[in-house]
Formats: sequence, C-alpha cells, structure tokens
Amino acid sequence: MQVTMTVNGTEYTREIEGRMLLVHFLRDVLGLTGTHWGCDTSNCGVCVVWLDGEPVKSCTVLAAMAGGHEVRTVEGLANGAELDPIQEGFRQCHGLQCGFCTPGMLMTCRALLDKNPDPTEGEIREAISGQICRCTGYSSIIRSVRWAAVHEASKEEATAQ
Amino acid sequence: MQVPAPFEYERATSVDQAIGLLERLGSSARLVAGGHSLLPMMKLRLANFEYLIDINDLHDELGYIRLSDDEVRIGAMTRHRELLESDVLAGVFPIFRDAERVIADPVVRNRGTLGGSLCQADPSEDLSAVCTTLDASCVIRGPGGAERVVTMEEFHVGPYETAVADNEILTEIRIPRKSFRVGSAYAKVERRAGDWAVVSAGAAVWLDDAKRIVDARVGLAAVGPNTTGIPEISAALRGHEPGEELYRLAGAIAARSCDPVTDTRGSADYKRHLADELTRRTLRTAVDRARS
Repeated sequence: MQVTMTVNGTEYTREIEGRMLLVHFLRDVLGLTGTHWGCDTSNCGVCVVWLDGEPVKSCTVLAAMAGGHEVRTVEGLANGAELDPIQEGFRQCHGLQCGFCTPGMLMTCRALLDKNPDPTEGEIREAISGQICRCTGYSSIIRSVRWAAVHEASKEEATAQ
Repeated sequence: MQVPAPFEYERATSVDQAIGLLERLGSSARLVAGGHSLLPMMKLRLANFEYLIDINDLHDELGYIRLSDDEVRIGAMTRHRELLESDVLAGVFPIFRDAERVIADPVVRNRGTLGGSLCQADPSEDLSAVCTTLDASCVIRGPGGAERVVTMEEFHVGPYETAVADNEILTEIRIPRKSFRVGSAYAKVERRAGDWAVVSAGAAVWLDDAKRIVDARVGLAAVGPNTTGIPEISAALRGHEPGEELYRLAGAIAARSCDPVTDTRGSADYKRHLADELTRRTLRTAVDRARS
C-alpha cells in the first residue's frame, strides 16, 4: 500500500506493507535513525515521536496509521546548528550517558515543556514514567529538563524586554 | 524484530462505513483504535487478522464526554488522556481520574481509548472495572444503524470476549446519574508504574440527605475471569450509615467473592487481601467525596 506523511516538515510518499510499524518506517525507509527501536512492546519509550503534536510510542503505531498526519522526530528538534533548549539542557546537565533512551526522552520532555513551561520534579517524573533510562537514574534527566525550563523562561523574558 | 503477521490495512471514514467493511469482511477483520493492546498481541501471534480497520479517523464522531441531568455519555474513541484531563468528568465521577492516573503511562494514554480498553476485555483492565462500578451500559451499533444497549455484565462474555458481534462496533458508554449525592474512587496496586494491576478496586456510593447509603457499588479487576461487580456488597451497604464497620464488612465480602489465581504478580491469598483492603479504601474515599 502507499502511505504519505509529513515528517519534520517534509512530505514523504512510500510503498509499504500494511503491517509496517512507524518506528521501522522512520528508521529503515526514511533513514531517520535518530528514533531508536527498543523493547517492541511499548514499555521502554526509546521510540517516542510526535504524531500530530502528541508523543506516541512508534513501535506500537502502524506507519499506515500516520498516513495523512504529521510526525516529528528527534531530527526535527534542532534548528540547523542551534540545539533546541531541551537538547542543550541534556548536554549541560549530563542528561544522558549511553544515549539510547535520549531521543524518546527529548521528544517527551519537549512536549511537556510546550504544555507546561515550568514543570515540577514530580511532573517531570510523571511525564517520563513510561520511559526507561538505565544510565542516569533519572536525576540528571530531571535537572536537564529544569535547565531547559529556566533557560527558556529567561530567554522569553529577554525577548519581551 | 516483532511485527504482526501480514494483513490488509483499511481505514474507516465513518461509523457506518466501518460497519459496512465489517459486514463484508466478517471475522477476518478487526477494528483497531489506539492499538496499544491489539498490536502487541498481534506481534506475539496471540491475535491474527487478515484485515485491520483503523478507526482513528472516527475520533471526531466518537470522541466526546457529554453530561446531562440523568447520564454521562462517553464516546468509544475518547482517549485515556482526554478522560484524565476532563474536569467535567472528574467533577461528577472522580473515579475516572483516579483510574486514568494509573493506567499505563502518559505516552500510551495519548493513544489508548475507552472503547478499545473495554473491547480488549482483559480481566485486569482498569476502565472495565470503573464502568462496572458505575453500572455503565454499552451502546453497540450494527448494520443499518441498529443500536442495542447492554450492561457491563452482558458486555463481557469472558476473558478477551465481548458481546460485540463481527459486524458491530461499540460506539458509546452511558453512565446513569442518580439524584443523590455521589462519591466514587479507584485504587490499584501495581508492581511498577504503568503496569497491569495486581488487584484494583473501584467504589461508588450514593447518599441521601440523611447521609445514609442509598446505593453502593464495588468493581474489582484482576481477580477473576472478568472485572467483577459484587451485588452482595451493594445489598449489605444499602440503608446503612457509612463507617469503618461497614467498610470492613464490604472488604470481607470482596475477599471471599472474588476468584484470583496465583501468578507472577502475587499469590491468590495476597490478592484476596488486596481485594479486601482496596475495597475498604475506595469505599472510604468515595464516602468522603460524597459528603464533601
């Protein structure tokens, strides 16, 4: 079957099998390997991407289901060489070690900050509760999100002035 | 790599068109909404279908929470996140928000739906216990727009089996509102965040002006072949003033009425203990909420 979807602002049309999962479409068909592929059972969250602005686990969404919709992956975060504040936060605060969970964490945390620009530690923990990190113990991820929240707030203040 | 066996993908554009597809394709087809139960089962070959009919485009038609004086109607495509975030729903039946906080995780809740959860008919599934607790009924639509309404007991035929026929679709859940003060609550014990319940319990209590119990219902999940309503608890509570003695009695009835099995989540004895304790806790919270 044929599927057409927009990924990070670019429209793609490809011939696929109905059973193809979105994570494999992104990685193997489009070559966007930033999105990782982990547990295959919607438990680990490394495959999180946005579907029409909402984070979803792309191992449990058919590529066909995304047809006609908008997908955003980790490749769509940075603006050229300029990192998104959430990426910069992870860099500044050691939000990653091995990096396997990072793309999914970044997409979920970006969505959190868009909805709630000043999340508490508890709200951050709740937001990433469906994602597993085996390196950081989560504390540095939480610091990273707070870093991004604080820097985005001060940036907005500066722009307003 | 886990992927489902090959199937043909179809996309429904309206409820009636979906029913038309189901009529044509019969038992070789299955509807898929959020897909977060069905796709994992298909990956494991626990479920195989020749056709999957994607009904996500029906969200506009079947995604709603409507409140009237005598009932709440919720569309089958209403997603977990919408149930969690609805202040209207939490205002009337806070049991939904209690339950949604502990169903899967926020990312899964962006996709999963009320109808999908009920149609999955997993004995551990939380929204089935919520709907059982609230004495909900299920609206099922078939060919020619014919609708029938069944109780939760009739809806769940057995584990993973519902009253929905091959050419039908669950469209709506209706929850009656009674003209009394109502309180409701849900509690779940799970091994880790987002897991299936070891045991969970829901309670709803209706009080008259004298603060006596007019009606009370308890629904349990993960302790039998289906989510279980316990009529004996309702009978024992009606007409009484709520209090610890009564909660203890209800807990004891819950523990001996359910039918848990020993598995990796715990022993049958432990689950009976939880059924007792969670029944008491949720009744206590439900009464507090009804009084406030």
